[in-house]
Parts: sequence; C-alpha cells; structure tokens
Amino acid sequence: MAKQLPDVGSGGAVPPPRRARIVLADITRQDSRAERTRAELAQQTQVGEALVRGLVRAQLALALRLSLVVAIGLGGLPWLFAIAPSLGRTTVAGVNLPWLLLGVASFPFLIGVGWAYVRLAERNEQDFTDLVQRPER
Amino acid sequence: MANEFVVPAIVAVTLVTVGIGFYGLRLARTTSDFLVASRAISPTWNAAAIGGEYLSAASFLGIAGLVLKYGVDVLWYPVGFAAGYLALLLFVAAPLRRSGAFTLPDFCELRLGSRRLRILATAFVIFIGWLYLVPQLQGAGLTLATVAGSPYPVGALLVAAVVTANVALGGMRAITFVQAFQYWLKLTALAVPVIFLALQWQADGRPAVTPPDGPTFRVATTVVVEHRATLTLPDGDVREVRPGDELTFAAGDPVPDVSGVATDAGDWLLPSAAGDDDRGLFATYSLILATFLGTMGLPHVLVRFYTNPDGAAARRTTLVVLALVGVFYLLPTLYGVLGRIYTPQLLLSGQTDAVVVLLPGAALGEGLVGRLLAALVAAGAFAAFLSTSSGLLTSVAGVISTDVLGRGSVRGFRLATVIAGGVPTVLALHVSGLDVSQVVGLAFAVAASSFCPLLVLGIWWRGLTDVGATAGVMVGGGAAIGAVLVTVVGPPLSGWPATLTAQPAAWTVPLAFTVMVAVSMATRRRAPADVAATMLRLHTPETVRL
Repeated sequence: MAKQLPDVGSGGAVPPPRRARIVLADITRQDSRAERTRAELAQQTQVGEALVRGLVRAQLALALRLSLVVAIGLGGLPWLFAIAPSLGRTTVAGVNLPWLLLGVASFPFLIGVGWAYVRLAERNEQDFTDLVQRPER
Repeated sequence: MANEFVVPAIVAVTLVTVGIGFYGLRLARTTSDFLVASRAISPTWNAAAIGGEYLSAASFLGIAGLVLKYGVDVLWYPVGFAAGYLALLLFVAAPLRRSGAFTLPDFCELRLGSRRLRILATAFVIFIGWLYLVPQLQGAGLTLATVAGSPYPVGALLVAAVVTANVALGGMRAITFVQAFQYWLKLTALAVPVIFLALQWQADGRPAVTPPDGPTFRVATTVVVEHRATLTLPDGDVREVRPGDELTFAAGDPVPDVSGVATDAGDWLLPSAAGDDDRGLFATYSLILATFLGTMGLPHVLVRFYTNPDGAAARRTTLVVLALVGVFYLLPTLYGVLGRIYTPQLLLSGQTDAVVVLLPGAALGEGLVGRLLAALVAAGAFAAFLSTSSGLLTSVAGVISTDVLGRGSVRGFRLATVIAGGVPTVLALHVSGLDVSQVVGLAFAVAASSFCPLLVLGIWWRGLTDVGATAGVMVGGGAAIGAVLVTVVGPPLSGWPATLTAQPAAWTVPLAFTVMVAVSMATRRRAPADVAATMLRLHTPETVRL
C-alpha cells in the first residue's frame, strides 16, 4: 500500500495528513470533568484540597486501626503473662504457650495484618482514583 | 579440632559476594544505575535484598545466643525485628517512596525545607549507621576466632575490606543482587542444619530442654571462661571465675548456676511475672517499642525503598519482606533451645553468641555431616556480616557524599565509602568488649526516638514545623544517645537507672513525640507554605496522573 502513495514533493498535491498517534489513555483523558478534577488537585483548589485530606484521613485511620489490632494482639501478651502466670505454664503439644505464641504464631499474625493493610489501602486509593476520574458518580 | 571446611566456605561466600558485585558493576552503566539501581527492581528481588540486608549478626547469631541465655523474654527481639516492618508498611512505605526522598536528610529538606534540620538528620544517620556497623565487624572478628582460630582483628578487617571495596566499586545495583543472594544463603544456612539437629534430637531419645534438675553436660567438657562471673555449684559452693580460668566437668555433671544467666528452668521457660519483676516488664515493653518503631528509622532500610518503581510497589515489597523475615525468625529460637541441651558450656564461658556456629558440631559430632553443616552455618554468618555492613555502608556513604562532601558524583560516593568504612573499622578494633545484641538494640532505640516521630508526623500531620522537628529530634534522640553512651562507656548501674538506660525507648520515644508536637504547635506560623502540595505528592496514588 505505502509504495503506491503519490510523491508528496512533486506538483501541488495536498500532502497526506500527519499520522495521528491514538493511545487509549488519551481518549480517557479527554473526559473534561476528570480533567477538571485533576486540575483542581494540582492547583490546590478547595475541592482538590478536600479530596486529598479525605484520602490522607482514610489511610491514617486504616493504619491506626490496624496498629491497634497489633497493640492489643501482641502488646497485650507481656501484661497477660504477668497477671496470669498460670498461662505461661500451660503447654500445647509439650511446648509452653508463651513460646508458641511468640516464637511461632506472632509471625503469621503480623503477615496477616500486613496483607489486610495492603488490600485495604489499595482499595482506599482506588476509591480516590474513581472519585477523581469520574466525579459525577 | 579445626574444621577443614570452614575456611573454604567463608572464602566461597566472600568470592561470590565480590563476584556478583562485579557482575553488577558490568551492568551499572549510568550514575542512576549506580546509586539507585535505576529504580527498576521487581518487588520480589527488592524484598529479598531488603531481607538480606536486614538480617544482621544480631539476627543470625545474637537471637539464638540470647534465647540460650535468657529464655522466653527475649523472644520479643525476633518478634519486634519483624514487626518493625509492619510499622514501616502501615505508616511510611508508600508515602516515603512517593516523596522521592533518597535518604532521611532528603526527606527533611523536602518536607520542611530546612537546611539546619537536614544537617541534624545527617548527623543522626551517621551516628546510627556507625553504632550498627561496629557490632557487625566485631561479630565477624569473634566468629572467625571461634571457628577458625584466627586472631580477632582478622575477621573484622576482612569483612571491612571486602564490604568497602564492593560498595565503592559496585554501588547500589550490584548490592541488590548481592543482598538478595545473601538472604537465601542465610535462610538455607539455618534451615538445613536445623533439620539434621531435629533428627539427632529424636535419635537421642528427645532429651528434655528443661530437665527437672537443671541442665547437665552430655559429654565430658572443659570450659575456658571468657567473662567474669559468679558460679553457684550444685553443692551450694560459690565460686568466682575470671577470664582464662579452666573448668572441667564429667559427662552427666549438672551445669552450675551462673550469675546473670537464667540457668534455672523456671526463669528461662516462663515470662517475667508482675509484682516481683516490674523492671523486667518495663524492659520488655521498652524493647517492643524500640524494635517496632526503630526499623523505619534505620538508614539502610529506608534507602532501599527508593529502588521501588512507585508507592504501591513499595507497599507490596514491604509485605514480602515481612513474610521473608518472619520465616527466617522461626529458626534462631530453635538453635537457642537446642543449645540448652547440646552446648550448656556456653552459659559458663559467656560466649553465648557462638551457639549457632558451634551447635552443629556439638550435636552431630565431628563426622563429615557435622563438619559440613558447621561450615554452612559459618558461611551464613559471614553472609550476615557482609550484607548488613554493605547496606549500612551504602547509606552512610550516601549521606556523606551528598551532605558532607557536597558532591553527587560516583567518585564522591567512592571517597565517602572509604571514609564511612574506615571509622567503624578503627572503632571495632579498639573496643572489643561490647555485646552484639545490646548495641544493635540501642541503635534501634536511637532510631525510634529520632527518625520515627519525624517520619510519622512528617507524613501524616500538616502542622509539623522545622523548629518542632528539630527540637523533637534533639531532645528525644539526644536522650537516647545519652542513654547509649552511659550504657556503653559509663559506670555500671543497678536497679531502675540501669533499666532506664539499657532499654530507654519506653521513655525517649514518647518524649520525642511530645516535644515535636508541642513545639510545632507553639511555632504554628512556621509550617511550610507548600504543605498541601507535599501532602498531595505523598499520598496521591500513581494511577491519578497530575
């Protein structure tokens, strides 16, 4: 096909239009409302400011809630062992309970909390992105 | 009874480290490659590298030694070392990556725009880095002395030289590959011998870890005392021993009570109880606070986050790190527990940090398997010294090259590396009496009382001012440094003063937060004008293109 095109340089023929690059993301970006919200974020308008404050507050609340889970779940243990010494003498499968809780169970617990945080934090960010990209919803 | 496999194993680890370093050097073509690995390392590689860098001599040797000596109360060390990554994940990982700060001083300047605070942060990075480097080099010296009989300075100098050369020549890109390799080596070096140890324990008829009459020697043993102690013999005699004393025990003899060591089964097996041991409980909570909050303030940990492509990747990397170090920390405890059965002489000699290295030989005998496994463990220990020292050196050299020398060039970085490596080497050669785990714990306490409040408040609170941040770091971090100096070089203390200085985090961390918030509120008008823009940058997900 290409080699059948007429020579542009000769005569007064209209040059072919410049090739336009069309990228899917550019089409989405043409949504004017989303464009405006992004501009509001970037220009620190009150709307943009409120959106970011909301996101920061949501992420901080999530982090604090999960730290509270850890503070109670792990931080309570020394206190619990101190006021109820009999707990320390309880054995499960021949091993004393504090050894099992601290030496083994605490690690999956921490990983579980971390996994929940990553999921929930990404969801918060997705909500924020949806809000910014499609403010009418 | 020199083990002929130990030295080749250590040489192999060192050569592989240097080899991967040079392979990385061939790949590192630009300054960006060199300093931040072009920010294009996958979360899995990066996580293994962070894990490899993080698991230091304190993790590989120290925890098992502490468990052998003190029992259940010190299990908070591994739990806290792992939980520190959760705190980092919850409060710091993604925003810090989005901030674009490479080091802690960068973050200070970016968030608060203060040169003075930047200088203060630089001083703290260097102090914490050196405080953490000295015990790594000492651990290397002591380990090589234990397994190969070399003089103490040989191991320290060897590790210092290899690490300085590797960091100066290979830079960050090379370090990532080296660190990732060393994580897996360290895990293997503890996991494989533990299988054989468990089988041996089964074959020996599952001897009790805490027999009712206290620990006994399984074989005839001669102990050379390394630290001054008071022994209480089974017949009630009290005997003072000093370094160099030799004690001989027959097989089946009970282990005498040693002052400062939980020889009694109850103390070792059970957590400290309320009432009779309030100081123990305070120390436990202080340790929890230091390790949970200190990790985010360690300079070599933060510098790694910059190599993630974006904030979401930083978060996922941190989660993988948490899983990797969590798996690793299941193992040292087992060494400490089995050490009660197979190497009780370490309780007397005071060299409990050597339990990981000596246990395979002691439990499995001097056969081929025992010698090979002992060599594997020694190689893992060397990987621990090399990797943590590399990470610390990279970050300390990073701040020295940008903030002290004032040059961002590769040559400046190399000069800074030599300076950053030289000082702790000299210190390690001159102070050999410091306890590895204790000093590392103090480094965590200093980090938790200085950089943790700075990062957490800087990322989440708009009201932070430069004056408030400076005051908080000076008061909280200064108090923690004071406690470190009193503990390390001060007169011996007892009672509450000893507890408050040996485990300072429980009072220095709240102090730092309080001062930082109070002074910031008093100087409210100094809050940076661009704080809204900074918050936008720290917290906006990458999916929103601005």
